[in-house]
Amino acid sequence: MAKILVVTSGKGGVGKTTTSAAIGTGLALRGHKTVIVDFDVGLRNLDLIMGCERRVVYDFVNVVNGEATLTQALIKDKRLENLFVLAASQTRDKDALTVEGVEKVMKELSENFEYVVCDSPAGIEKGAHLAMYFADEAIVVTNPEVSSVRDSDRMLGLLASKSRRAEEGGDPIKEHLLLTRYNPERVTKGEMLGVDDVEEILAIRLIGVIPESQAVLKASNQGVPVILDDQSDAGQAYSDAVDRLLGKEVAHRFLDVQKKGFLQRLFGGRE
Amino acid sequence: MSQADLLDQAPVFQLKGSMLAITVMELAQYSIEQLDQQLAEKVAQAPNFFSNTPLILALDKLPESEEELDLAALMAVCRKHGLRTLAVRASNEAHIAAANALDLPVLPPSGARERVIDPTAGQAEKKPEKPPAPAEPEHKPTKIITSPVRGGQQVYAQGGDLIVLAAVSSGAELLADGNIHVYGPMRGRALAGVKGNLKARIFCKQLGAEMLSIAGHYKVAEDLRRDPLWGDAVHVCLSGELLNITRL
Ligand SMILES: Nc1ncnc2c1ncn2[C@@H]1O[C@H](COP(=O)(O)OP(=O)(O)OP(=O)(O)O)[C@@H](O)[C@H]1O
Ligand SMILES: [Mg+2]
Repeated sequence: MAKILVVTSGKGGVGKTTTSAAIGTGLALRGHKTVIVDFDVGLRNLDLIMGCERRVVYDFVNVVNGEATLTQALIKDKRLENLFVLAASQTRDKDALTVEGVEKVMKELSENFEYVVCDSPAGIEKGAHLAMYFADEAIVVTNPEVSSVRDSDRMLGLLASKSRRAEEGGDPIKEHLLLTRYNPERVTKGEMLGVDDVEEILAIRLIGVIPESQAVLKASNQGVPVILDDQSDAGQAYSDAVDRLLGKEVAHRFLDVQKKGFLQRLFGGRE
Repeated sequence: MSQADLLDQAPVFQLKGSMLAITVMELAQYSIEQLDQQLAEKVAQAPNFFSNTPLILALDKLPESEEELDLAALMAVCRKHGLRTLAVRASNEAHIAAANALDLPVLPPSGARERVIDPTAGQAEKKPEKPPAPAEPEHKPTKIITSPVRGGQQVYAQGGDLIVLAAVSSGAELLADGNIHVYGPMRGRALAGVKGNLKARIFCKQLGAEMLSIAGHYKVAEDLRRDPLWGDAVHVCLSGELLNITRL
């Protein structure tokens, strides 16, 4: 039986899809057979970030509607043997997914994978609810700013009350906090919340801090999950987060302001 | 399955005390044409605000006039500009009759708000004076919450006290007919004595609340933040109409 992980946030644009791609790829890199499922019906971003957008034939909605089998719809990653993507439909609207339909697909995926990573759409409405409903664990992606923290808090409330586990009285969803787009310089200047502030407000286990990084944009433009860029700060931070997700104790990095190196100073080195 | 279906096992309804922020439009003059024109200007400035916005239409500040007020026409103008009238606030008999004719709820004039919130307050105080029946006192068990109350969540201890042993987030709401105790950081709203119990109290280990209310008498964050005990352990009770905050 697979572990179902949802990557969620409430607020949009905080880095859920970037995180789903990185964490899913990181799990596969460590030998776990993993599928990343795009729940953002109508937008379809995950396949771009994973670099498989030209190989999408069938999508999640096709499988839910019985127009294709899972085997037909799953896209195998070109780089990793045990990594797959289930793309979202670009042509349907978000009402195309139903609880029963999603349950059927989750069940089938659970039988064939070790990890199912669900990339949630933004918001707290139906799409986000479906993405988290069957989850065993949740990665709550938060940016260090008040509005994002509030939305994450709200999402944590829903995870605790509106998931299947909550409704059937099972063990609660295990919650992890992932702080992304962290910029220590702006924290020092008081323009952003610090790690401690966010941890104190949300009071759940911190699984990683991903720095604001040019490497993320570069990676997504190339269709390569940033975790595969192991020279980059963001890639290394995601890698640490995957280790922590798997139970390893790893010290947090990239929390402090870096002294600008000579080359960075020479080229202006923004971020 | 829809959101509603997911909640299927729950009772069909739950009555919840709440303090909603609703826009009140106080009319200073009765002129449908001018209202139409001025609303149109406002809408142009803030189009997002005026989209199905719930509204209380306040007629109680209108000057006395012989002219008959066409409430339906007023509402139609409001509606045209995205304001949906939920109720009117009125004191004039003709206005009240007009609202009744349209089956629209009527609220008393402003200033009388506290009285509306706890209609049972007086009765609750008087009851114990009657020779009590020898029956056991009604004793609802205290509601105890051990996990965080997150933004958007609401917890109501009906007929009794509420104890929260975890953090209460900003945007969360605690309601109790009795007292409220919060032993984690308190960043949300707490309304004790919601049915009008003036003796209800609030205890917080760390005061960071957005609003505290006892029997409808409240203080909002703006006032609370100025209190020297902000961030400290406090005990809140009513003294007269005022919330009294003291160190625990
Ligand atoms: N650590 C980071 N550093 C810099 N940019 C980042 C970082 N993480 C994400 N971004 C950028 O932020 C934008 C939004 O990221 P992403 O699409 O992953 O967010 P999302 O939460 O999935 O958004 P949506 O709510 O629209 O689905 C993208 O342009 C991405 O490149
Ligand atoms: Mg996304």
